[in-house]
This record gives sequence, C-alpha cells and structure tokens, in this order.
Amino acid sequence: MDLLRFITCGSVDDGKSTLIGRLLYDSDSVSLDILAALESRGAAQGNVDLALLTDGLKAEREQGITIDVAYKYFTTPRRKFIITDAPGHVQYTRNMVTGASNADLAIVLVDARHGVIEQTRRHSIIAALLGIKHFVLAVNKMDLVGYDEQVFRKIVADYQDITKLLKLTDVTPIPMSALQGDNIVRRSEHMTWYTGPNLLEHLEAVPGAEETKAEPRFQVQYVVRPQTAELPDYRGYAGQIQSGTYRRGDKVQVLPSGLASTIKAIEINQQEVEQAVAPQGVIIRLADDVDISRGDTIVPVQHVPHLTRELEATLCWMAETPLRAGRRFLLQHHAALVKASLPTILYRLDVQSLTHLGAEEARLNDIVRVRLKTAVPLAADIYRDNRQSGSFVLVDEQTGNTVAAGLIEAVDPDYFTVAEPGAVAFSI
Amino acid sequence: MPTLDYLDRLEAEAIHILREVAGQFERPALLFSGGKDSIVLTRLAEKAFRPGKFPFPLVHVDTGHNFPEVLAFRDALAAQLGEKLVVRKVEDTIKQKGLQDPTGKYPSRNPLQTYTLLDVIEEFEFDACIGGARRDEEKARAKERIFSVRDDFGQWDPKRQRPELWNIYNGKIQKGENVRVFPISNWTELDVWNYIRRENIALPEIYFAHERQCVVLPGGQLLGLTEHLHLDADDEIVSRQVRFRTVGDATCTAAVASDASTVEDIIADIIQAKVSERGATRLDDTISETGMEDRKRNGYF
Repeated sequence: MDLLRFITCGSVDDGKSTLIGRLLYDSDSVSLDILAALESRGAAQGNVDLALLTDGLKAEREQGITIDVAYKYFTTPRRKFIITDAPGHVQYTRNMVTGASNADLAIVLVDARHGVIEQTRRHSIIAALLGIKHFVLAVNKMDLVGYDEQVFRKIVADYQDITKLLKLTDVTPIPMSALQGDNIVRRSEHMTWYTGPNLLEHLEAVPGAEETKAEPRFQVQYVVRPQTAELPDYRGYAGQIQSGTYRRGDKVQVLPSGLASTIKAIEINQQEVEQAVAPQGVIIRLADDVDISRGDTIVPVQHVPHLTRELEATLCWMAETPLRAGRRFLLQHHAALVKASLPTILYRLDVQSLTHLGAEEARLNDIVRVRLKTAVPLAADIYRDNRQSGSFVLVDEQTGNTVAAGLIEAVDPDYFTVAEPGAVAFSI
Repeated sequence: MPTLDYLDRLEAEAIHILREVAGQFERPALLFSGGKDSIVLTRLAEKAFRPGKFPFPLVHVDTGHNFPEVLAFRDALAAQLGEKLVVRKVEDTIKQKGLQDPTGKYPSRNPLQTYTLLDVIEEFEFDACIGGARRDEEKARAKERIFSVRDDFGQWDPKRQRPELWNIYNGKIQKGENVRVFPISNWTELDVWNYIRRENIALPEIYFAHERQCVVLPGGQLLGLTEHLHLDADDEIVSRQVRFRTVGDATCTAAVASDASTVEDIIADIIQAKVSERGATRLDDTISETGMEDRKRNGYF
C-alpha cells in the first residue's frame, strides 16, 4: 500500500469542505463520536453538514472563516491519503503555495452552475507553478444543473485553454455532486452518460510521488560519531535521499568543497544495503576521511548539480511587511542555512494571466521573480527538474519567521552576465 | 529497486524530522511517557542516530497518576536503550508552587502537567521538545505545524504559525522561545499500530486485554480503579476484560472493553471501531469543545 498527498483547490462556495467531508464519510473514516458532535451542532435531523468536518479552531467556528492549512487522513485497501486542506479565501496564495508544496495531485473544484472562473485559473496556475503533475477537474454540484452532460462538456472544453497555457499533461475531468455523493466514492445513478472513474477510483490509480526519477541528491543533516571503544573512528553522514538512487561504490563529489571520494557503505537501521532510494533516510560512509558537515551535498560524480552564489528564483512573499530590493535574509536550502541578499526584484507575476508586471516591492501573497546572492555557494537545481534541491525558504534574521517560499529558476552563472533579466521562461 | 510503502514513507519523514532537530538545536529533549506513541518515537530515534547515542535525553513529566506497569516499562526501556531519562513530578511542582491539587471524583492532573513541563524546559534550557502527538487525534492538533514555535510562556498561537513548505523545517527561534516538534504528525492511530506490528515493538501490558477492576462511569465508560479516584459508596465497581488505547493520566483515561490480546487483534479491533481514540478514552477533551486548543494555548504539549 502506498501514499498519495493531494490538495483541494476551490473557494468555500464551490463545495470544497463538503467534498472532503464526503470522502471521509463515504470511506468510513469518520467516527461515531465525531458525527455525534456534528449532529449536536444544529445540523438538520439525519442530514449531517459534512463541511463541518474540516474546521478545527475556536476562531474559525466563531468567525466562520478558515484560518490555516489543515491535514486530514483516510485509508482505503489500496492507499493511504493525506489531504492538504488549504483555505480558499483569506491569505489565499500563501496558503495554497504551502499546501501545494507537498502535494502530488490537485483537485480543482468548479461549480457546475458557474463554470470556469478566474479562481479556477488562479488555482491551476499556482498548483502547476509548485510542480504538481496530476490534476482532477472536479465539476461539482451537477445535481443543481439537472445532471446535464452538456454542462459538463462545456466546462471541460473551457478548461482546455488552461491545460494548454500550463502545458498540463494529466487532467482528469469528473462530473460529481459532493452533497449527494455522486461519483465521489460511489458511481452516480444520475449520470449514466459518464463512463470514467469516480473520484476515489481515480485517486487510487494515479501515480504517486516520483522522486526516484530525478538525479541523485543527498544532503548531510547530521554527522553520527559514536566515539566509543568499539567504534572509535566511525563517521557516518546521516540524511535523507532527496531524489534518485545511491549505490555502494558510487564515486562521489562533496559540495561545496569539491572533494572526491567513494561510497564505502550505505546503512539503513544499522544494516548495510547495496542501494537506497528517495525518500529513505540513510547513513552514508565514505572511503576517505574528508571534512563534511551539515548542509553539504554528496552526489555521484556523473550527476553534479550547479554550484552557485547567484540564483534567479520565483518567490511567494508570505510576510505582512512588504519585500523591497536590497534586503538580507537567511536562506534555508533544506539542511543548508546561508546568508543571502536580494539585490533585485525583476517583476511581479500576474497569477491570472502569467504576464509580468512591474514591481518596486512585493506584498503579502505576491509572486515575484527575484535575484539572490548567497554568502556560500549552494549546490542547487532548477525547481522544475527537482522539487527538493530546487526549493528553499527565506527566513527573517530578526524574527526567525519564514517569510518566503522560493523556487529556483536559473543557476547558470553565464546566464546572469548575458541574458536579459527574467529571460528564462516562467517554469511551468 | 525497493518499492516504498506508506509506512516506509511515514518512517522516512519522521527520521528526517528527528535529524533536523539534532542538526538545528543545541539542547533538544524527547518527551517520553511510556505510551505507545513515544515508544514508537524511541524506535525512530534509534533508526535516525544509531550507532551513535541519541542527541537528546528522554524526559517524562510524571503526573503521579500513572499505572505502575507503565512506569516500570518506561524505566526498563530507557535502561535497555542506554539513554538518559529525566523524570520531573507534577507532585513536586504542586508543592513548590503551592498549586491546588485537583479535587472531585476524577481529579485529573493533566492541566497541571503544563507547569512541570515549562519548569523542566527552563531547568535544562531545552530549545526543542519532541512529542508523539498526531494530527488525527484532535481537531486543534490537525492545524498544528510539525515544528511548532512556542513563546516565552510556552503558548501556541494558531494565527501566528510559520508556513511550513516542502519538507523544510525552520527551527530559528529567539531566546526564551522553544519549539515543539511532532515527527509522527501525519500518522494515524492505525498507522502507529501497523508500525508496532511491523517493527515488533514491545509495549506495556496495559495496552492488551487483561482483567481489571474498573469503575463504571455514568456514560458507561470504564475507568481503571486506582487509589487516585475519590469514589462514592454507590459507585459501581466491576471486574472486566479491558485494554487501554492511550495511557495518559489514570484519572481521565478510560479503558475499553476488549478481548484483543495481541497486536493483530488490536489492529482488527481498530479497523472495526466506530469511535475515535480520544472520543473513547479522554474525559478531559469532552469538558468543552476546545479543551485541547485551550490547553495548547497555555503551553500544553
């Protein structure tokens, strides 16, 4: 049994909470005591308000708003699912970027009565920007349009523009009613014209995370040195394989130092293994006694990433105070934490049209293209090639808060001397 | 090519988080109660750091209302692991601070644990406390980050949480702040039991069906009989075959009637069960709808 993480995108009115509630309810993932609590909260007799399953905090119930990303779980005999439930309105972009960063699949909800709207486009653009490959176009509330096939066909046709714009290769449209339970976990009796999978069947069949296909990347998180009588010289580099496969005997390079060595052993749970794959946690031991510390990258010599102190990146700005060029930050590239400066904001991205707008500053929820310089070279990849080694966050040095999500767009040093700023295409 | 199943992935995520704690903090601690979730954490720590020592001690905030077999298990496991165990007692905090020991029929010391926890954090200057909380346990927990920053007073503010992107965990804090870290956030009760089965992890006997003297509560729930309960003459005491789904404070953690005597039986039981773990067993969460959220805002783990 494997694991699939997905995000649901849609405003409250599209029936997002009802959809999640329906998935949990129809897959028998809701306990009797939780249902009893819902019923006691004024739901009509015998008709539980499934949307109420997804709000958790006092302020959310008091104010009727959703504050933050929440996580829900359910399991079928085929898969374990983690639903990332990002709220649809307040602080919209920031929360959706957070939720989409970990998701393998996005369910884009459309209200059958309203069709493809601006929000549909925004949701799809942000999900694609964050590297999600699999999309479900969930045409919801089909019960309110008489389960009319033509309505569904029109929406699917309208979505083609977005599919083309974003070069999406896997979009599965499903007509449904989350409220009535049509085509969610059970096949709809009202839409016999639809012969595709219901939502759960599709979620069970779609490919999961594919981190083993990218080039091998491994960052040292922690150096294990027991220094005991039995193991006086043991020195193991503990970390998670971020992508690809590592094998005993691989000739490797350590970055940023550039030192070369060979993998002497790969250990999982104190057992030596021939090879290990992402996302396994391992200890790597090298044949040579080289100086390696937390944040260093160990890679096979035939797959060395760019080593650079200059980056061009897409940022989602997540702080209340606006970002202006010239600021300094801590840049956290997974286990590597380095000082960084941000000399230039190139442009702001219009998340409706993908066009570039002029930008003196970035405000909360803005998506901007910037240049960054780091104090120490980073072993970095481009985000569209590798969601792990191509991602970072910016941390405010004074408060310690995470203020931006970063997607690396360009790392080649030549690029910065010859090309026009922002010449690299938006990386979808 | 090995194919990873969901337990491998959950395990890898938890090991990654534990190693981030070791890499980012100077004085972490692992909160260890002798319950199944924190026992699973010790297994994950072995996988993260062996053949080295754990880069943190095990810390138990002991309410004094624990079942003796759980405490014996706690001490035995710490000794077997060869890791340091720090125990601080709520009893001592009550004396030192002149706090009111709860009275009433079922005098839970759960809210008082927060004082002892904050004291032990201050005593050892812990900057990170690893805990076995899971997001499926309770609705307020579903909203909490894996690295959950707490202020000088240990308080959680759900509106001021840091965004947590990819698997990048930001543990940068100011002096006085600390971080609560939850490596098994994404595990469910069933995942924990499946992992216990796969890894063949030993647990206190209290988790398995055994004959026990219980007090029958008005709602029909069964509380294991201990000296800490203040009973009335007409309370009904019965002898029942029970097991515990959680092993918190004995005054507010109910048992469930069960014949499940093996891990396999328990897994079958949970798949059948129609009542959530906390709904079945935790009396303190039902006092108000936001019981857990309110305690967490005050510094509870």
